[in-house]
Amino acid sequence: MITGKAIVFGDNIDTDQIIGAHHLTRPSIAAMAPYAFEHHDHFRRDFAPGDIVVAGRNFGSGSSREQAPAVLKERGVAAVVAASFARIFFRNAINLGLTLIECPEAGEIRPLEQLEIQGDLLLNLTTGRKFIIIALPPFLQAFLDNGGVVAHFRTR
Amino acid sequence: MNVIEKILAAHDQSGQSHVRPGMIIEIAPDLTMANDATAVLAIDVFRNKLLAEKVHDPARVVFIMDHYTPSCSIDAADTHQAMRAFAREQQLPFVYDGIGVCHQLMMERHVLPGQLIIGADSHTCTYGALGSLATGMGSTDVAVAWRTGRSWMKVPEAIRIEVSGAWPAGVCAKDLILRIVGDLTASGATYQAMVFAGPAIRALGISERMTLCNMVIEAGAKFSYIQPDGKTAAFLRATGRPDYPVFADDADAVYARTLTYDVGSLEPQLACPGSVDNVHPIGAAEGIAIDEFFLGACTNGRYEDLEIAAKIMKGKKVAGGSRLLVTPASRDVLLAAMASGVLATLIESGAMIANPGCSACFGGTGGILGKCEKLLTTANRNFTGRVGSPDSEIYLASPAVVAASTITGRITDPRRILQ
Repeated sequence: MITGKAIVFGDNIDTDQIIGAHHLTRPSIAAMAPYAFEHHDHFRRDFAPGDIVVAGRNFGSGSSREQAPAVLKERGVAAVVAASFARIFFRNAINLGLTLIECPEAGEIRPLEQLEIQGDLLLNLTTGRKFIIIALPPFLQAFLDNGGVVAHFRTR
Repeated sequence: MNVIEKILAAHDQSGQSHVRPGMIIEIAPDLTMANDATAVLAIDVFRNKLLAEKVHDPARVVFIMDHYTPSCSIDAADTHQAMRAFAREQQLPFVYDGIGVCHQLMMERHVLPGQLIIGADSHTCTYGALGSLATGMGSTDVAVAWRTGRSWMKVPEAIRIEVSGAWPAGVCAKDLILRIVGDLTASGATYQAMVFAGPAIRALGISERMTLCNMVIEAGAKFSYIQPDGKTAAFLRATGRPDYPVFADDADAVYARTLTYDVGSLEPQLACPGSVDNVHPIGAAEGIAIDEFFLGACTNGRYEDLEIAAKIMKGKKVAGGSRLLVTPASRDVLLAAMASGVLATLIESGAMIANPGCSACFGGTGGILGKCEKLLTTANRNFTGRVGSPDSEIYLASPAVVAASTITGRITDPRRILQ
């Protein structure tokens, strides 16, 4: 179970906004993480580890940079809830073990509302609303259950 | 099967001869590309998470330094050192350092029709212009492929885009792909393959086909594809790659949908600031004053792009108060532009010329934007803050639009000059 407050973004949040390309040569993910959502003041002001990033359609579009989900995980983002995800970001996040929740009604969540993720349900504790989560395909769920792509291939 | 499914089936490792959309298959990629924005993270995963020692097949691994070349910071220099050290240790035969954008070099030297290629860069989808299937992945997926020679993929649905009509003067492949991304939206082709076909596609050279295929990711697509033809064969012969298999649609090939376009009525297009799908005919923004112009990137940094710009700018000057940066996509492009006089024309018009590489496509090296500056660029992304200040604004357009606009310092329809 995951609980945290919602840090809300709009549609088409691209990976340049998550971590700018001029930070990608920094020596480690830990060194890049302070620059996550560098130009989004509300993230810098309101986010605390364990909070949930909430967004609209096509979250993580653009560059293939794996540093984008990596810095979110490093900062302590408990989950990203979005109406939909861009393909490469989705794959990278699963590979890294960052929890992604696909929820068509994500756009109805308002800033700083308290959320709880329970199995296939997303509860808005502030408003009392419940949303159904779109489950991962079984193949990817098995992947996650086995500890992600690295663990899967290390066993070979 | 359609041609996308046939190429995937040919690379499937379970031996099944037939695949269909939605199936998840294990594949053996022919090539794996990484660049200096993504390779070091992959090296870290390879060594410290996979605990791997040797790449599966060094001849299938390509390393390209292009995003931060010549090294533009101490961190960038350290990144390049780490790549060179890994390449030496693994005896990688293909390492390119500051001689061009990764996708341009892959197309000039490595890609073959029918191949399946993964690259740690989202614009890897460009290689569909030669009839290969290529897609971007993250550093962990690439590290796994280095180690195991394998990866997994979901077989995508395919969208067929049928293009007819004669290209009007001043209207380019860039205008068509901007229009398509605008129509589909930034997520309209997510997880799908985009197949371009029809007489107006056959009429394009390899350079403009690359422009089309480069930007399918801006609609979320996984692959692009153009059926190889005589132009493909001539391009590959000229660069020493005469032999390759050719795949094609079966008679019963299925596409999820077909879109049709007639370029005869297409106007120059602009993607206005903030999102690549914020696309309008040029009339909607003509006259907006521009601070910086960029001609380059894997989208439009080829000889043909520099050539049309030189044709428009010959004998004219970049307007006072604005600046033009030209970055050839590769050393071969730069040499060709030198030999033909195209480069001299651009320099005489006032262009700054940068070393081949990614350059001002993003804010990593030169051409960075200050507060509230406006950029008109031939690159592929106009995300807020991508090329510098978060208060700057980026417009995407064809090389013809960029060249015509440099003369006035304002967004200008190239048909006014070319007709």
